[in-house]
Amino acid sequence: MIRLPAVPRINSPAMLLDFFLRLKNSKIPVTLMEFLTLLEALAQHLAFGSVEEFYYLSRLCLVKDEANYDAFDRVFAEHFHGISNPLEDVTGTIPEEWLRKLTEKFLSEEEKKQIQALGGLDKLLETLKKRLEEQKERHQGGSKWVGTGGTSPFGAYGYNPEGIRIGQAESRHHRAVKVWDKREFRDLDDSVELGTRNMKVALRRLRNFAREGALEELDMSGTIRATANNAGYLDIKMIPERHNKIKVLIFFDVGGSMDPHIELCEQLFSAARTEFKHLEYFYFHNCIYERVWRENQRRFNQHCATHDLLHQFGSDYKVIVVGDATMSPYELVWPGGSVEHHNPETGAVWLGRILDQFRKVVWLNPAPQPEWRYSESVQIVDQLLKGQMYPLNVGGIDQAISYLSK
Amino acid sequence: MKFTGTASYIATDDLMLAVNSAMVLGRPLLVKGEPGTGKTMLAEEVAAALGMPLFQWHIKSTTKAQQGLYEYDAVSRLRDSQLGDDRVHDIANYIVKGKVWEAFESDHRSVLLIDEVDKADIEFPNDLLRELDRMEFYVYETRQLIQAKKRPMIIITSNNEKELPDAFLRRCFFHYIRFPDRETLEQIVNVHYPDIKSNLVKEALEVFYGVREIQGLKKKPSTSELLDWLKILMSEQITPAELNYNRKNKKIPQLHGALLKNEQDVQLFDPASRRSAY
Repeated sequence: MIRLPAVPRINSPAMLLDFFLRLKNSKIPVTLMEFLTLLEALAQHLAFGSVEEFYYLSRLCLVKDEANYDAFDRVFAEHFHGISNPLEDVTGTIPEEWLRKLTEKFLSEEEKKQIQALGGLDKLLETLKKRLEEQKERHQGGSKWVGTGGTSPFGAYGYNPEGIRIGQAESRHHRAVKVWDKREFRDLDDSVELGTRNMKVALRRLRNFAREGALEELDMSGTIRATANNAGYLDIKMIPERHNKIKVLIFFDVGGSMDPHIELCEQLFSAARTEFKHLEYFYFHNCIYERVWRENQRRFNQHCATHDLLHQFGSDYKVIVVGDATMSPYELVWPGGSVEHHNPETGAVWLGRILDQFRKVVWLNPAPQPEWRYSESVQIVDQLLKGQMYPLNVGGIDQAISYLSK
Repeated sequence: MKFTGTASYIATDDLMLAVNSAMVLGRPLLVKGEPGTGKTMLAEEVAAALGMPLFQWHIKSTTKAQQGLYEYDAVSRLRDSQLGDDRVHDIANYIVKGKVWEAFESDHRSVLLIDEVDKADIEFPNDLLRELDRMEFYVYETRQLIQAKKRPMIIITSNNEKELPDAFLRRCFFHYIRFPDRETLEQIVNVHYPDIKSNLVKEALEVFYGVREIQGLKKKPSTSELLDWLKILMSEQITPAELNYNRKNKKIPQLHGALLKNEQDVQLFDPASRRSAY
């Protein structure tokens, strides 16, 4: 039996239990064991008095990944509201001018009318402000952004509005803020739990593939041979330590027509991340051209030249391209055909280079296979890959993996 | 016994609480954070501050969990048997103790550092679950149960190269060392260089945070780089005014080699070369 110590106001077991359940509801992976650890720590008087200490202690016990710090912070603030507010107030620090300009720039006449219907621009700005606040909290809470130090709203100002994930959560102003959403490319979240049975099976297939080539230890037959040659005197032969040899390079198509498939891709990504020691991943939009990028948030200012990748990664890397290959055929066959920027060379040329450099390349397509034949670009890509395009489902991954490991 | 930082190591409140909680409850403490924020140093400093012996186990990609416990040196034994050495009759002669065993054996409560746990194979943390939980393991060759005399304080560092298994995480306390804020950083600088002029620190920090804020750096300079840089700034007798001049004119800081370790990062400062990169 654990006796709870006298922590002022936050000590009631019911309140702690509620807090725990709330964390669980917010999809923070907390377990009962960790909760008991927290109670044990409280019983040891490790945090007494200040809410701050209690905050540190509960975070120490319950959160095991800095990516969840931010979510934890928000639940904590919400739950222990009034006791303390660890998150500073940012209202008023966002330059209204900026918001207004941005809004005007991105809204069409029609949408502006809709905004009027929703209570006018001012109200929308309110909502937007709230959203930005949330965004700021995220920084501070520090999922990925921990330690960047850029907590000033002008830090946010610095990068593209598309980069700020405004309007990611559901909202009653959904229609109006959708504009902000338009060019939003979510980073693939690798922390997704593999819920569906299908993906678990796929995971197992990937594992088979990753474990292949494992061999090590004492070279038994070599030792016997050498000892026999040595007139019975022992002559030990060793073979080198084993390594997980499989190296994987994944390219993800993001944005646009890929949006409906985000969840599927996240699952694949999550599975691959846990399975492969040598996993490199990059993002592209529609087709791979002369540059790809590492982090979606930074897609407009941080690229990697595809040429560099071709030199950097050896031909023994297995390449998996994940994308629906649905685009205008011009993107593939016409210089400058990209929807996003001017590309001096066609998508087909770049795909060809990738195929030349890497021995095994497959394309996983999340779109249902029966639909492929209606899209010209899918067929072109399929031809380029010499038929190595597979649907992104268990069967497809299975086939793709067996081709890759051949 | 409470850890409150040392003369040369500034610990924030949350870090102190983390260390002390881990100590009281006897749980391993998993520490993550940007490179150069003093993760490995922490174990050394805790050991020094509390007068505990320190055992360091540095993990490499080829390290196996078993190596931390003990290894049976079969090859030596075979050789000895061929040469007719008497030692060969006792298998215990060929059991080589690992760092975990050493820490378990210590008469005083010790600090055991498992450094860069994410370098090892994915299975590595799972293979240590029971050892970390119960603080005991079994030596099959000699049929011995090794139990910790005093539960060591275990500090584990990770650079996030790989995800760690849930079962392992559940058993640990987790602390993320965030990059220190200006105030803490000034304290850190002052402990390391008590004689440094305050206006130099001020200007240097200005430059330092400016560099860190540049978008697209491959490797952001961290505390350890700042300390190195300050050291050479002092030895080269760079004045605050000179630093200020370069910062105002958006020039690359003096002696940038200590801050920026990557050629591409250096190029970010040079507009001409940046343009040609595209």
